[in-house]
Amino acid sequence: MNAPANPAGGGCRNAPILKERGQREVFCGLTGIIWLHRKMQDAFFLVIGSRTCAHLLQSAAGVMIFAEPRFATAILEETDLAGMADSQAEVDSVVARLLERRPDIRQLFLVGSCPSEVIKIDLAKAAERLSAKHAPRVRVLNYSGSGIETTFTQGEDAALAAMVPVLPETTERELLVVGALPDVVEDQMVDLLDKLGVGPVRLLPSRNIDSETGIGPNTVFALAQPFLGDTHAALERRGARHLPAPFPFGEEGTTEWLRVIANEFGVDPAHFDAVTEAPRARARKAVAAATETLGGKSLFFFPDSQLEIPLARFLTRECGMTAIEVGSPYIHDAIHGPDLELLPAGPTISEGQDVDKQLERARAARPDLTVCGLGLANPLEAEGLATKWAIELVFTPVHFYEQAGDLAGLFSRPLRRKGLLKLEAAE
Amino acid sequence: MKLTVWTYEGPPHVGAMRVATAMKGLHYVLHAPQGDTYADLLFTMIERRNHRPPVTYTTFQARDLGADTANLFKSACQEAVDRFDPQAIIVGASCTAELIQDDPGGMAETMDLGIPVIPLELPSYQRKENFGADETFYQIVKALSQPQDKTPRITCNLLGPTALGFRARDNIEEITGLLADLGIEVNVVAPFDATPDDIARLPAAHFNVLLYPETGEAAARWLEKTHGQPYTKTLPIGVGATRDFVAEIAAITGRDLKADESRLRLPWWSSSVDSTYLTGKRVFLFGDGSHVMAMARVARDEMGFEVVGMGCYNREMARPLRALAREYGVEALITDDYLEVEQTIEAVAPEMILGTQMERHIGKRLGIPCAVISAPVHVQDFPARYSPVMGFEGANVLFDTLIHPLVMGLEEHLLTMFREDFEFHDDAGPSHHGGKATARKDPSETVEAPVAATVAPAPESTFEIVWLNDAERELKKIPFFVRGKARRNTEAFAAEKGLQEISIDTLYEAKAHYAR
Ligand code: SF4
Repeated sequence: MNAPANPAGGGCRNAPILKERGQREVFCGLTGIIWLHRKMQDAFFLVIGSRTCAHLLQSAAGVMIFAEPRFATAILEETDLAGMADSQAEVDSVVARLLERRPDIRQLFLVGSCPSEVIKIDLAKAAERLSAKHAPRVRVLNYSGSGIETTFTQGEDAALAAMVPVLPETTERELLVVGALPDVVEDQMVDLLDKLGVGPVRLLPSRNIDSETGIGPNTVFALAQPFLGDTHAALERRGARHLPAPFPFGEEGTTEWLRVIANEFGVDPAHFDAVTEAPRARARKAVAAATETLGGKSLFFFPDSQLEIPLARFLTRECGMTAIEVGSPYIHDAIHGPDLELLPAGPTISEGQDVDKQLERARAARPDLTVCGLGLANPLEAEGLATKWAIELVFTPVHFYEQAGDLAGLFSRPLRRKGLLKLEAAE
Repeated sequence: MKLTVWTYEGPPHVGAMRVATAMKGLHYVLHAPQGDTYADLLFTMIERRNHRPPVTYTTFQARDLGADTANLFKSACQEAVDRFDPQAIIVGASCTAELIQDDPGGMAETMDLGIPVIPLELPSYQRKENFGADETFYQIVKALSQPQDKTPRITCNLLGPTALGFRARDNIEEITGLLADLGIEVNVVAPFDATPDDIARLPAAHFNVLLYPETGEAAARWLEKTHGQPYTKTLPIGVGATRDFVAEIAAITGRDLKADESRLRLPWWSSSVDSTYLTGKRVFLFGDGSHVMAMARVARDEMGFEVVGMGCYNREMARPLRALAREYGVEALITDDYLEVEQTIEAVAPEMILGTQMERHIGKRLGIPCAVISAPVHVQDFPARYSPVMGFEGANVLFDTLIHPLVMGLEEHLLTMFREDFEFHDDAGPSHHGGKATARKDPSETVEAPVAATVAPAPESTFEIVWLNDAERELKKIPFFVRGKARRNTEAFAAEKGLQEISIDTLYEAKAHYAR
């Protein structure tokens, strides 16, 4: 049970960070609703916003049109803006109609947007009033997913942070794993922790409101996602203690993440090795297949989901790639530090964005693979740069051992495809 | 506040982006928060454009609000002009920036940028995408077009095609070719691929061809009033309409024009015997007003379908569409509420839907085949091959488009003859759709509509009327693509006769009753 060696040439934890402030090409936090509503099966997300917000959700959801999804937008109209309609009363009536039609809703999130925040609709007040009115059947919470406050995955952070204060108090010694994961991945994780003898394990978000997730001074928590800064702070405020670790991507990341938890719970090292040995070998083997394509290739991350630093660690250390630039919308040392430490020195670490300047850097560097958002991918491909669109990373199961190969495959596929297509004449 | 799940149209600034992205040499500076940059993906992913839309977003954040969002706008404007060197810029606000009232237009005009600055006022809380495109194009034309002499030869402009428009690329090519056959040259196509310099040359044409009324009519009207250019009112969609379109141009130009119809195949394809099975297929149309109105004529007069309902999501077209619906003896559905469209389609139970990507999903769920005829569309409706829907080749394409979702004539007979055959069994679906045969396992994934359609009870009548076992079994012997109709007709017949039960006799009496 050996901890991983830090890179010979040093890591990136103390590297200078290029901080940029300019045009950002990123989604706002509303986007998180697309995966959160699938995860929390008794929850509904009601955005108080504009036609733009509704259109964003629809565009981000792509072709996944469900008859009546568990999210919707209450679109503000002229009367709401001119103050002719009382916004609190309007929210009440929209919610009343919604709950009447959808009796399956147990948790309702009122989600703030740029317009609702600029005109200062007090959704906290609305949530409090509606919670009292519809208790105990429905719990009403609020958070901001607006583009002036949140970037992409920060929407999930805001939603989870809003849940922390209302979770029940417990004095039990429990492990809380925080961050939405696809069910299949979550089950694998719980199984691994179970085999290690760690428990009880609680989850945030849980699949439904009646779960036993509580928090207290004996709670220790591990983050499954690297974008949960506010949730991290909210949990610490309630006395829970964070277990900082690299994120569970790839064989090494998963092992280190588990090892930190195992150490905390006093798991015998020999037992740890016995439990992890087989899945580690499987993960290494699966990753090796993609490494043939990825090894020796250069990599450039545009900022998107805050997954960039842990993924760069995985792709450089386990897949043999070289990072040129690793951009992240935000960097928190308490959360990203362990991954930065392992990431071999060399790449530019950038925070924030000035998209045109960053595009110039990418064009100059001509990386073998560029990880970027949907708005940039095809234009860069047209310039001859292979790309991986980042949104897939939050919609696809990529965590823990059994997905390590799939994760590597997401990056190797664009390169393999580039090699496969032969469009020249035969002679 | 209006509760909305899925929308047919985005906000008006997305309409402005459709114009800006279609053009060359124009840049759009949009005062907007970072999340609004999602709109880029509509163009780069759905339409597969290989360039970023020419849009600079200011991406102001909460902390800028108290401070200086106005300066942020000005520097974004200056940087965009320096970096992209456009011939002109359009400036405006998204829904959020509209609320902070920075007046982007006013600011940009005072900046002395050395190029034309066109301010846009697009009320985000009242209007939608099509209006945004129409208004933006109009403002650009008004600002940039220059009075000038008409060209010596007879020329016209093609107005209205934008980025994300339905088959814009190929319609332009087809209509340009048709006009060339008639001896008429195209002066400028706009906004598609036009530069600000091209816009300046618009008034040199003798008349305008309005290809997309939703996004080009305001400009066409203004050009008519200001530069004396009449514009065409007929959309050349379908055989009859294309012939009318040629006649309209003959009237405008005062020439005797005859189009070359040698490539036109729809009339024969539609008269050939295999097409007999199309007769009286009940179709429901929904989309933008222009496409629905044009396609209703194709459906009824050129395919021999029965139009059982029509509607549009853009209120701007409500009046003409209502009038046309009356002519067709159906009720017009004017709504942008997706759930209302779904309910209406479920109640009308057509055999086919002609709609947008939204109706494609409705069709999937209800088990009704759907052909896409109008924006908004998804990535699969930007085909690589040449596939206009306007002009004579467009008519050929439409014939194929409208029959593709259906079971073909000969196959219909085979299904009836061998209905218990392992290959032609009910759940197999049209044999030319790969993957359909397995659809039953996962109805949400595929177009395995027919099965779902027969399972879905008819909306009003199921409560009181009971199907006797024999009759239910007999019903199952009827091929799936007409079974829904048989069930509905029988139930309606039973209700009309005040029957509580449906027997085999009822089934065949109903059949006789509805026989045509
Ligand atoms: S950035 Fe703001 S206005 Fe735009 S979609 Fe997101 S919340 Fe809505």
